[in-house]
Amino acid sequence: MSEVLPVSLPPTPGQTVGPFFGYALPYARGNELVEPGTPGAVRLHGTVRDGAGNPVPDALLEIWQADPAGRVPARSGSLLRDGTFAGWGRAETDREGGFWFRTLLPGATEAGRAPFFHVTLFARGLQDRLFTRAYLPASDGAGRAALDADPLLASLDPRRRATLVTEREPDGSLRWDVRLQGEGETVFLTYDAGPHAGRDGVGA
Amino acid sequence: MTVQDAGQDTGQDTGDPAAGEVSGTGPATVLDAAAESQAQLSAEIEAGHAAYAAGRERGEPEEHGPRKNWPPYRSSLLRHPTKDLHHADPETIELYAPVFGERDIGPLEADLTVQRGGEPIGERIVVRGRVVDGEGRPVRRQLVEVWQANAAGRYVHKRDQHPAPIDPNFTGIGRMLTDDDGWYRFQTIKPGPYPWKNHFNAWRPAHIHFSLFGREITQRIVTQMYFPGDPLFALDPIYQSIQDPRARERLVATYDHDLSEHEWATGYRWDIVLTGSHRTWTEPEDGDE
Repeated sequence: MSEVLPVSLPPTPGQTVGPFFGYALPYARGNELVEPGTPGAVRLHGTVRDGAGNPVPDALLEIWQADPAGRVPARSGSLLRDGTFAGWGRAETDREGGFWFRTLLPGATEAGRAPFFHVTLFARGLQDRLFTRAYLPASDGAGRAALDADPLLASLDPRRRATLVTEREPDGSLRWDVRLQGEGETVFLTYDAGPHAGRDGVGA
Repeated sequence: MTVQDAGQDTGQDTGDPAAGEVSGTGPATVLDAAAESQAQLSAEIEAGHAAYAAGRERGEPEEHGPRKNWPPYRSSLLRHPTKDLHHADPETIELYAPVFGERDIGPLEADLTVQRGGEPIGERIVVRGRVVDGEGRPVRRQLVEVWQANAAGRYVHKRDQHPAPIDPNFTGIGRMLTDDDGWYRFQTIKPGPYPWKNHFNAWRPAHIHFSLFGREITQRIVTQMYFPGDPLFALDPIYQSIQDPRARERLVATYDHDLSEHEWATGYRWDIVLTGSHRTWTEPEDGDE
């Protein structure tokens, strides 16, 4: 096999998911990565709010995660939902901006790193998808050390950093709210380093 | 404000669940004369584009995507992040994407004209294209989802109240996997333009929504494919949220006579380029040789 030359093609632009994805993208048990009663099942839930603090009832969230051992799922079945863990889920927000997933706790995919759910967010009024992470809360000293040492979290001031870390609720669930704009605006991510590397580089 | 009276909303995003792009319910709820005119919106769009062109002449970088902060799309006003996106180096989980297989979708899901009992009304078309990453490598065996209005510009969505007919034989939803060389193909009906409440007499150019996954979750994209020569392009705040004219053109399919089928369907070609890879591709890839 000859070496592939590193060409760089200009990417296709994104466009808003619009108002009418609700009959097309959500699917049965899309937000249920595991079945009820699965050992280790956890509920990840929250509310999406806009710049005025109002709930966003027409947003779509997707999570992508490792399994509890930190392995990257490589099985199909996310649409079929046949009981195997495929690591990906999709939830639309309800009339009060709320969403929930039933899933397993992700493990870290790199040694010593703090585990997180990768989150992709879409909404009417949002021009392109947004990426972010929802980290697991620390349950012990080692967990706190991993969060403190995380390169992304460590690069943020404490107030902004808090937007990326889920909170353990008394019922054992994980709460993680999203603020699109304004007070407590969630930290959204780009993985592209240079202005020409992707869609996010400029014009944000 | 209640959901019921949101039909009179100006389309500016007030945070009301039903405000914004919800289509009208007919003359009774058409935006009144106080609503903003197309001329006002077009002037805002032109001013934005002129500023971008001037910036380019000063040497500012080319933009590949839409502006997040783009006031002509009124629903975006309270929904776009105001802080810069924070750079993160992708971790292992982010260097992979979910896997979808034949068992996840049925082969008939790529034909939007056979999902109900009869033939949908409209111009039958075939859309085909190739999905590649930023380095030109095909995105193999990956999920493509599409959704669209019917030939009359009506979505099968409870919140679409545009007084155009629903086609009982058309849902406008399709799913498929790319093949081993990154190609997708589906058959459908050409969608019509539809009105929305961004401003007075606002119409969206005909489009098909696309949702795609790459080989890395960082390549995830939802976008819209348009049809060549649409007279509504210049007027549309969503299409025009992409400042760069060459980038906008990347969303427009081309008519492809080789895809058209004798006495059956016309054909459109639309290729999709995802962002670049962050993963080092060391494994031999069948078909690259």
